[in-house]
Formats: sequence, structure tokens, C-alpha cells
Amino acid sequence: MHKNPILRVCTKILFAPIILFGLYVQFHGDFGPGGGFQAGVIVASAFILYSIVFGLDKGKELFPSNVNLFLLTLGGIIYGGVGITSMFLGEEFLSYNVLGSSPQSGQHIGILLVEFGVGLTVSNVMIALFNAFAGFKSGKGN
Amino acid sequence: MISELLINAFLVTVMLAIAIALLKTRTVIFTVILTSAYSLVAALMFITLDAVDVAFTEASVGAGISTILFLAAMAYLPKKEEENFSNQFLPALSCIVLGAILIWCSYDLPQIGLISSPIHQHIVPDYILGSRNDIGIPNIVTSVLASYRGYDTFGETIVVFTAGVAVLVLLQNNKKNPKNTKSKINKIDKKVG
Repeated sequence: MHKNPILRVCTKILFAPIILFGLYVQFHGDFGPGGGFQAGVIVASAFILYSIVFGLDKGKELFPSNVNLFLLTLGGIIYGGVGITSMFLGEEFLSYNVLGSSPQSGQHIGILLVEFGVGLTVSNVMIALFNAFAGFKSGKGN
Repeated sequence: MISELLINAFLVTVMLAIAIALLKTRTVIFTVILTSAYSLVAALMFITLDAVDVAFTEASVGAGISTILFLAAMAYLPKKEEENFSNQFLPALSCIVLGAILIWCSYDLPQIGLISSPIHQHIVPDYILGSRNDIGIPNIVTSVLASYRGYDTFGETIVVFTAGVAVLVLLQNNKKNPKNTKSKINKIDKKVG
């Protein structure tokens, strides 16, 4: 853990805005640049910053490893689940048209969910990788 | 037009300077930082090409998270790269020949943004119209990425997932903590299924 108070205060101040920006990039990806991949990385960077400044143990208190691994898998399941749902509703795999009341709203719902799955997987893979590398020698990797 | 040329020339010069500095340096941390700077300049390059989404990805992934992961992994590397004294004539020659071939080929490329070039004729008009009429999303990149090319993005997500799990399993398996290894692998197995 860093003793430097400036780093610690700045991290605490920056943590929420970084996640907010990540969410903005995630859900505004339909209208501007951005999407699941970028947003996932931005959200992950907030948690990694916290781990760097306050230490790996504090970071894991904030975001436990088992939650991390669960969400990592959940992202892929959401993506695949959207595809299979559209199959059950009588269309092809990942055809979003049937998900909503009209084809356009179906596409909106499908894209939103799929991007959310991508963001979830990417952010949690990045956090898990950082934890694994940072905790490798001490045997604290998740 | 002339300003665009100036900006491109500036960016290419900075990229070349970083690349030469990368070749010269033997310290691992400088290599990591210079790679990050290179990615940042590449992101600016993508912005001048109007590829904002790619620039965003390059800036956040290339310059941001991969630098952090390199720094985290760097703790297990020696601080300095060893000098390489072997003969580098053949590698240099093959690099120069490959570069020359690429530059020669680039003269055959269509002008950037030319509407009559083949890539803008085949399926792109359908995507541009469909993104507005069928999908109703202003960002064509998102509609191509998530809807038209949904299979590819699914594959990408699974690749990220698999790579992450593979690295986790590899790093769990170190011999330094044998008592933790087994139970933790079992835990991962349970989580991954």
C-alpha cells in the first residue's frame, strides 16, 4: 500500500468517475464511439488502480475473486444466452429481430445485452489477469 | 489537405522516433513505456483516419491496460535485456525486403475514402442503409460489430474468456505454493464448469 496521501485521495476521488465513464461508454456505444470491449477495459482499470494504490488484499476485499470468476463466465453466458433465446423464439442464432415487439426494438435489446456480456467478460478477465500476475509470487493469485 | 499532410507527417515521425528508441533501449521498463507511447500515437493515427472506435480501443487496450499488465508481469523479468551479439544480417535483410514489398504494394491501394473502391461497393452499402432502416442505430460500427457480425464478436468474447482462464490456470500451477494449487484449481474448475 502506498503511503503517499495524494495518490490515495486521488484514487478515491477518481474511482467512481472512471466507472461512470465506463458505463457511459458501455451504454452509449449505440450512438457514439465505444462498446463492450472499451468499456470493459475502462471499468477494469478503476479496480486495478485501486489494487495498485491500496494493495492487492484491499482490492480483493472490494472485489472478491469468486465474484470476479463468476462474472467472467456470466458475460459469455449472457452473449450465448441471447443467441439461444432468439433460437427458442423461432429465429436463427443471434438474430435479434424476435426479441422485441418490433424488429428494430428487438435489435436494440439484443445489441444492448450482447455488448453488456462483452463488457462483463472483458473487464473481469482484465481484473483476474492483473490479480494473477500481481499475486503470482506471493501465491495470492485468485 | 495540407494540414492533414502535416499531421500525418508529424505522427509518422513520432512513430519512427519511438520505434528507433525501442530498438536502442535494453531496459525492460523503457520498452514497456515506449510500447505504450507507440500505441497512443497509433490511436491518434486512427483518429486522423476517422476510425474513432478503433482509436478508442487502441488507446484503452493498447496504451492502457496492456501496459499495466506488462508492468505487473515485469516484476518477474530481469531488469535488463541481454545484449545480442549474434549476426543479424539475415533478419535485417528479410525485414528490409518485406518492408520494400509492402511499400511497393501500397502504390496499388485505392485512395482512402474513395467511394468507387471495391470495399465500398460489395456489402458496405447494405450495412450503411440497414443500420439506419433495419437496426436504427446511428453508430454503424456497433451495428456491424454486434448485429451483422454477431458471430465474430461472440467468437472474440470466447477467445478473451479462454485466454483469461488459460492464464489463470497456468499461473495457479506454480510450484511455489503447492498446498494452495490443488484446491484452487478445483475451485476454478467448479466455476468454469
